[in-house]
Amino acid sequence: MNAKRVDKIATGVLYAIAAFVVIILVALLGYILVQGVPEISWHFLTSPALSFEAGGGIGIQLFNSFYLLFLALLISLPISLGAGIYLNEYAPQNTITGLIRTTIEILSSLPSVVVGLFGYLFFVVQFKLGFSILSGAFALTVFNLPILTRSIEEALANISNDQREAGYALGLSRWETVTKIVVPAALPSIITGVVLSAGRIFGEAAALIYTAGQSAPALNFHDWNPFNISSPLSPMRPAETLAVHIWKINSEGIMPDAKAVSAGASAVLIIAVLLFNFLARWLGKRLYKHLTAE
Amino acid sequence: MSTILTTENLSLYYGKKQALKGVNMSFDEKGITALIGPSGCGKSTFLRCLNRMNDLIPNVTITGEVNFNQHNIYAPTMDTVKLRKEIGMVFQQPNPFPFSIYENVVYGLRLAGVRDKETLDAAVEKSLKQAAIWDEVKDRLHVNALSLSGGQQQRVCIARVLAVEPDIILLDEATSALDPISSHTIEMTLLNLRHDYTIITVTHNMQQASRISDRTAFFLNGELIEVNDTKQIFMNPVKQETNDYISGRFG
Repeated sequence: MNAKRVDKIATGVLYAIAAFVVIILVALLGYILVQGVPEISWHFLTSPALSFEAGGGIGIQLFNSFYLLFLALLISLPISLGAGIYLNEYAPQNTITGLIRTTIEILSSLPSVVVGLFGYLFFVVQFKLGFSILSGAFALTVFNLPILTRSIEEALANISNDQREAGYALGLSRWETVTKIVVPAALPSIITGVVLSAGRIFGEAAALIYTAGQSAPALNFHDWNPFNISSPLSPMRPAETLAVHIWKINSEGIMPDAKAVSAGASAVLIIAVLLFNFLARWLGKRLYKHLTAE
Repeated sequence: MSTILTTENLSLYYGKKQALKGVNMSFDEKGITALIGPSGCGKSTFLRCLNRMNDLIPNVTITGEVNFNQHNIYAPTMDTVKLRKEIGMVFQQPNPFPFSIYENVVYGLRLAGVRDKETLDAAVEKSLKQAAIWDEVKDRLHVNALSLSGGQQQRVCIARVLAVEPDIILLDEATSALDPISSHTIEMTLLNLRHDYTIITVTHNMQQASRISDRTAFFLNGELIEVNDTKQIFMNPVKQETNDYISGRFG
């Protein structure tokens, strides 16, 4: 066989593998969407779930998912940003920072159910936070922190050293160079990283089962005082999220339309995660264009 | 003419390797000094010692003194942030910030606390004119500086340095990444600035050194071999090594 032929065969094989991956993804998404989209209606998206009768919705779960996501990002983003800036801009390259990086890597490969159990023992039991949004948000922070830190560190590392030198040579301090030049220049990829991690948080179930709980008590959407337990904003109430709801219906749901609710909820979840992904790409591209003037 | 900058027995080590060997040199106020020599001779290293940019590289040891207006810039009390406002620098690769032309030029002033719009506008016009790029960009000051060509970007970088009105401008092979026409424009710019600023430029282009500089210093293997009026260096060098280098026998 000559080199040209081998090249053709190799190209063909690679195409086949790529097509295989795409087919799996499309089939999976297609199945979930075809099964679920017909179940989605305004009523389904806004009304509370019913335990024993048909016709329940996912309103509270959907709200819980977004609220938990918001709180988790509120806690993890500043920490990740600080850690990323420290590791990339300030930390010397030595064994200690090497150890920190290894730790972050190990932490990011921790199974989420382990994070959930840790969250249960630590936040729910030890800190007496109970099954609550706050416990869930802390568990998600543990889950999200390493990945977000890595992506922010990488975003900063991609900014060329010429930019930093330009800042120093202009008489900027290191802090000014970081905050006024490096971080703004890295903003597109930082935001992409944040939105992508938001998608991961949104779909997370295992870390939340033992921390945010598996029940969604009725909420009074007219009461926005976070200190009232029935308020949607109360961080101390148990909060079943969409992903946890899907898991629960499938394992112990006894409503007559459990299958339909599960299919509809899965479709909503998938659509939300897809939206996060597209949003990340669109936002990143737009900001990048704005910054590079291309 | 009075002396603005002197180095005394300035040595620099990267780890154990000595890159500068006891350089003694003095720079008069105003005018252009060119530092020439083959690659790796220490001319860029020397230049970066003059505003302490080498501090940023790990494992660098520096001994000796650099006196700027009679103050040793390596003294522990020296404020490097303030120092770099007085000794500005332009790099080999044009490195404008990813902001508008206007923002690039006023960056140093804004950080120094200047808020008044008229002052900033005036500084932008003055600096861009000094850097000989005003006519090309005056109608689009608010477009991103990265949309300009390499030569234009480099002149914006020069304007950015000029805006904070430093005493000394260091240029680290500022034209070597540019095409000949852009290089020529920048040379013209520097010739116009030499009456108002002390300019120290590293170049590996000997024609450029002979065209624009008032004084030339020749470096070899981390040592300052010879420094004199540019005409003297190129027409009648004292040292054999200088003669070999400028006549193209090595390097």
